[in-house]
Amino acid sequence: MNNLNTRKTSSMKARRIISNTFIYIILVIISIIWIFPFVYLLLQSFRGESTHVVGYMIPQKWTLDNYKALFDFSGQYPFMRWYLTTLVIALVSCIFQTIFVLMTSYCLSRMRFKARKGIMKLILIIGMFPGFLSMIAIYFVIKQLGLIGNDAPNFGGPLALILVYIAGSATQYYIVKGFFDTIPKSLDEAAMIDGANRNTIFWKIILPLSKPIVIYTILITFVAPWGDFMLSSYILGTKQSSWTVAVGLQNWLTGNNGQNISKFFTRFCSGAVFTSIPIMVLFFLLQRYYVEGITGGSVKG
Amino acid sequence: MDSYAYLGLSKPRRFLFKTRNFFVSIPKKTLSFFKSIPSKFVKIGKKVSKPFIEIKDALVYGDLKTRLSFIFMGFGLFTRKEFLKGILFFLFEIIFGLFMGFWGRKYLSKFGSLGTELPHEVWDEATQSYIYVKGDNSLLILLYGTVCLVVILGFIYTYYQNIKSSYKLQQISNVGGKIETTKDVFKSLADREYHKTLLAIPMLGLVTFTIIPLIFMIFIAFTNWDKGHLPPEHLFTWSGLSNFDILLGKNVLGENAKFAYTFKDALLWTLVWAFFATFSNYFLGMILALVINKKGIKFKKFWRTILVTTIAVPQFVSLLLISQMFSSGGIVNHMLELMGLPKLVYAMNTVWARIFVIIINIWVGVPYTVLSCTGILMNIPNDLYESARIDGAGPFKMYMKITLPYMMFVMGPYLISQFIGNINNFNVIFLLTGGVPVNSDKLIGGDTDLLITWLYKLTVNENNYKMASAIGIVVFIIVAVISMIFYSKSNAVKNEEDFQ
Repeated sequence: MNNLNTRKTSSMKARRIISNTFIYIILVIISIIWIFPFVYLLLQSFRGESTHVVGYMIPQKWTLDNYKALFDFSGQYPFMRWYLTTLVIALVSCIFQTIFVLMTSYCLSRMRFKARKGIMKLILIIGMFPGFLSMIAIYFVIKQLGLIGNDAPNFGGPLALILVYIAGSATQYYIVKGFFDTIPKSLDEAAMIDGANRNTIFWKIILPLSKPIVIYTILITFVAPWGDFMLSSYILGTKQSSWTVAVGLQNWLTGNNGQNISKFFTRFCSGAVFTSIPIMVLFFLLQRYYVEGITGGSVKG
Repeated sequence: MDSYAYLGLSKPRRFLFKTRNFFVSIPKKTLSFFKSIPSKFVKIGKKVSKPFIEIKDALVYGDLKTRLSFIFMGFGLFTRKEFLKGILFFLFEIIFGLFMGFWGRKYLSKFGSLGTELPHEVWDEATQSYIYVKGDNSLLILLYGTVCLVVILGFIYTYYQNIKSSYKLQQISNVGGKIETTKDVFKSLADREYHKTLLAIPMLGLVTFTIIPLIFMIFIAFTNWDKGHLPPEHLFTWSGLSNFDILLGKNVLGENAKFAYTFKDALLWTLVWAFFATFSNYFLGMILALVINKKGIKFKKFWRTILVTTIAVPQFVSLLLISQMFSSGGIVNHMLELMGLPKLVYAMNTVWARIFVIIINIWVGVPYTVLSCTGILMNIPNDLYESARIDGAGPFKMYMKITLPYMMFVMGPYLISQFIGNINNFNVIFLLTGGVPVNSDKLIGGDTDLLITWLYKLTVNENNYKMASAIGIVVFIIVAVISMIFYSKSNAVKNEEDFQ
């Protein structure tokens, strides 16, 4: 009996080892597939012998020139300018969006008022329209205001983008509301008995308890402008001095009727690395909150 | 048949029973539906007539102060010592009057025709020269007209609130009730009415930057604003449903036949794409999450971190890069060539291009799914698996009978929102393939173009705003129908209060 048992466990052990090895192999392959493009990007950004797309990975001549070329504030392709523009857009819209998203979510989660269901339905319906549709109208309004166009100031386009991003805050309440919903209501009630009003409850009780979701919101709203291509390319158009990174980098690959890529591919790579690094650092530092945000708030059982 | 008898049936019989029941119950359901119509009408009628009755009451039973509020908004409030509200109502009335009188009127009066006067030159006797006359700008008329309509709606609502609160205050002061002082108003804005304080700015942003533009674009779908009718040199005007006729293929003159074809193909491809993009991501992501979470697998955090890298790099960077890697001179094709394999060039073949975008979308999307699945997977009660194992279930059976149903139940709403998000997934298509392969049977659009990227191209390259809006409305209808079907079946949406 005893013998049989040990034989059984040892065969199970063997099976587990085999299956685990198999899983490790798959995980390694998957990791390679997922990491490969970025390794390629990094290597190509140091390539010195030519600037167009080539069929090999390892540069024959290593150089930092592609990075040096990025520090350009006033040329035809002022990358550093785009970079700072994007940074300002991201920072400003991040601050305001976070505040407004938190405010909207708190209302819709905690307070019961007549228009509540109506607002939630309205936002749901708005979300069903392709977002680009309203952009067409906004484009013309902004043009009328003189923010974009041939003789508009340089800050016009970015300012318009900031406004548009901030104005859309209310539609992003879902995840944060989901999180607020999980905070027990009895906390509010206890505070109310102690004489606190809603304002105090929001700032002094709910927000301190919501650190993960606040950080998540900050992260998301900061990163969104970096990755936004559709809106920024439509609003900023051909005015190169007020482009954002996304528009500029895309232009290096496809601009000038596809001519740019032969001149700018390696610079695109260095620019992409330069753009990605701060965001990657942010993500790795705040990974815990990010994961908590998408698991805790977005999906509920 | 009671539930015991039902449970005793075999599966096919249960199905037959349900089907039969469905058909048997049709007459009954139809009848009850028709029976419920009158009561529904009464309900709606009561809701609609309520404000009118209130206004009538205020007019008939109101005293002089209340009645004067009909002309001077906020008068009743102001004279009964609710100064702040009274002044605000009155200020709003004045601003509204000035706004409509000096600015809104000239746009709203031309709203029906969208302008009649083209820019032209007029001979001026006094200076003996031609003077340029600007003419009407259809775009501005429609845009500002829409703004005016929204403002008027806002005014009507405020007007109603003004009368309602005046009359209510009259009743309160008649019985000697407490009148809200300005201090009370501020106090309640921080407490009972705190939502007004918090929501004011977000809602203002929503109305000005989303709702008004959307109403404007819905109007555009019923005009003929395209590259032949570009203001300010030209006028455009209302054209009824003709744009939708073009989309549905009822108008086959010239370019329009191509339009209908492109629309049909893009619509079909959009749905196919959304389906595959959503479910491939979901299942592969879930399996990967399961594998990483499996007992005995080490470095869980490491594997997850690698996936987070993909999320951390801005999407446009990775998409543009991959698009380059798979181009005909790119690294992937070069490697394939070295290995003696045929090149894979997505720009040539429709089917391959479509498979390509779905595969790359897996690469883009799976990390998100893994992260969102991980938490839920850990929440599945472990004893379910234990008892299944004792009963002799293998891993595959456990996945099908426990994991999958559980995940489907919990993540239903997530899946729907993913599906809708994929219908409008601009980035992946536009940055990856740009819509290629080009199809000469299509108008501007390529074979991987979704409705949303086609819409973008129509606007940016062709200035074809009328069709872009019509397509946008169709997308809305599709999305609305899909979400209505699914959301109505999802418990997570219905029983919102249960979670708290």
